[in-house]
Amino acid sequence: MPINFAKKPGIVAYLTAGDPDLETTKAIALAAIDNGADVIELGVPFSDPLADGPVIQRASERAVAKGTRLTDVLAVAKELRAERPECGLVIFSYLNPVVRMGMEKFCAAAAEAGADGVLLTDMIVEEAGEYLESMRTHGLAPIFLAAPTSPDARLKAIAESSKGFVYAISRVGVTGTQQQVAGDASELVARLRRFTELPIAVGFGISNAAHVKAVGEFADAAIIGSALVALIEKTSPEQAATAVGEFIAGLRG
Amino acid sequence: MSAATMVNPAIGVAGRFGAYGGRYVPETLMAALEELEAAYAEAEADPAFHAELDGLLHHYCGRPTPLYFAKRLSEQLGGAKIYLKREDLLHTGAHKINNALGQGLLARRMGKQRIIAETGAGQHGVATATVCALLGLECVIYMGDEDMRRQELNVYRMRLLGADVRGVSAGSATLKDAISEAMRDWVTNVRSTYYILGSALGAHPYPTMVRNFHRVIGIEARQQVLEMEGKLPTAIVACVGGGSNAIGAFYEFLPDANVQLIGVEAGGRGTALGEHAARFQTAGGGVPGVLQGTYSYVLQNDAGQVSLTHSVSAGLDYASVGPEHAMLHDSGRATYVSCNDADALAATVTLARTEGILPALESAHAVAEAIRLAPTMLKTDVLMVNLSGRGDKDMGILARELNLQGALAHAD
Repeated sequence: MPINFAKKPGIVAYLTAGDPDLETTKAIALAAIDNGADVIELGVPFSDPLADGPVIQRASERAVAKGTRLTDVLAVAKELRAERPECGLVIFSYLNPVVRMGMEKFCAAAAEAGADGVLLTDMIVEEAGEYLESMRTHGLAPIFLAAPTSPDARLKAIAESSKGFVYAISRVGVTGTQQQVAGDASELVARLRRFTELPIAVGFGISNAAHVKAVGEFADAAIIGSALVALIEKTSPEQAATAVGEFIAGLRG
Repeated sequence: MSAATMVNPAIGVAGRFGAYGGRYVPETLMAALEELEAAYAEAEADPAFHAELDGLLHHYCGRPTPLYFAKRLSEQLGGAKIYLKREDLLHTGAHKINNALGQGLLARRMGKQRIIAETGAGQHGVATATVCALLGLECVIYMGDEDMRRQELNVYRMRLLGADVRGVSAGSATLKDAISEAMRDWVTNVRSTYYILGSALGAHPYPTMVRNFHRVIGIEARQQVLEMEGKLPTAIVACVGGGSNAIGAFYEFLPDANVQLIGVEAGGRGTALGEHAARFQTAGGGVPGVLQGTYSYVLQNDAGQVSLTHSVSAGLDYASVGPEHAMLHDSGRATYVSCNDADALAATVTLARTEGILPALESAHAVAEAIRLAPTMLKTDVLMVNLSGRGDKDMGILARELNLQGALAHAD
């Protein structure tokens, strides 16, 4: 399974697919992989991204306005898989576009595209019956979010339902940057460790080499999202892949 | 997704209305929803909680509201006897205070000092700001920029009451976007903050809890109509945005199979996607999906992106609908029709001039359906309309749409 974090800490790069356009998303993803990203999270843009801060909201709005569809994101995944067989590939989406396609049809298509895993932002373990069954049928890793507010009983259910890695949210709140990695994060990872041997990746507010180093001291991987999306927002499409490549290369210090 | 199989059989989840409802939220909110569910269950079972709520509903809000026989309107239409359940007479001007008060007392009981809420037409925002003033709680209201513009008077009311009203410019800058922003605030301040959701929407336990706080509408109406007419109504009509006033009016009558339940959605200015908020419309309407925490009908394109909506009434201008209504729709227990902007405006004028009652534009959608329906019914039939709010807040829109300034100029 290509989701593995050989170098410590591992790096997961989130991209809002279709921002600024699908072709550039693909070029950026390739540059991220070639400069050290272990896993790419391809974000499916959604009209109502209620778990996201302003940066990813704006990116989603631009990508939706361009008509980016779930099927387009899966097509990009397929091309990435063909060109970089060794990278980890996760489809990251709000639930509704997936429900609209049909859960079983989506899982079949994601597997066919060569994705390793799926993360659905607004899918909690209690509601995941059909989802987990379809994911199992198609050999995909369901990745669930764990939050600092999740009590131990929930962390146990989350750990047991996840494959690939567990996504530990560094702090309460929406996606976006912060000054330093919250104390919440290491405590959450320590609580999660009691329930799983899966790698634990920490996301939300991780935006520079110092954050990545700090996360590396207690977790397996750092997830970079809004910082990349903000960099892409302020860079011309022609320069975006190079800029993201350099940024990722600098993250491990 | 075949909704019936969505639930993880190993764990299970409450809060289902047939296939609909459930909980689809970021994990960070789950502990808060579980805390709320437990606190609500405890309050619901506590006679002291109900005693305080009922006391305030009576002495502070003015319950029970009258059931009023609209004699002139009924005679003019020449069919069924039309009765109006006067939620418009409640303190703050709409049914919304029933729920805001219930949840406000619950928040205080849970020790939460900071309250957030979303609002569309501003009636839920005003009700929440009122309850926060009454209980001494901090209050932040999220409202779409477009709604702040068209319901300006309610913005002033909320600010006067001490609320911090925050505009939301994302998306269509209406109710849906205000809910998303309130959820972002909640996920950020989840440890200190109580979210008073204003309709029978969102993740469990909200649809059940909001419905229960509005059940009083139907409980009173049932008793009143039996006293006045000696029988149950032939039909009950209520407008449906998220659906809180309608579910409150319908709920006590669900077992009475011979009482027709009719929900009226906003038909806006056309039947194409984006021109209305009629989720149950057959062509160009909604399909089941997940928006803002619940599985219900959602107006969306074929890629699963949620559609923009339009209605002259801010309170009905929403892309999804409460999950219990989705269940009642599918089972056929309730029927859902739509009324367009023009008919709602015309019904506002008709009710004002025949009965001297100015309905909110939301409630005017229900009045319009009653005006359409009554002449097709027998004189012995009883048609009950839930008049969910009053129209003072809409005077700016009405002045413009009905050219009242021109009429005044002529009068001079």
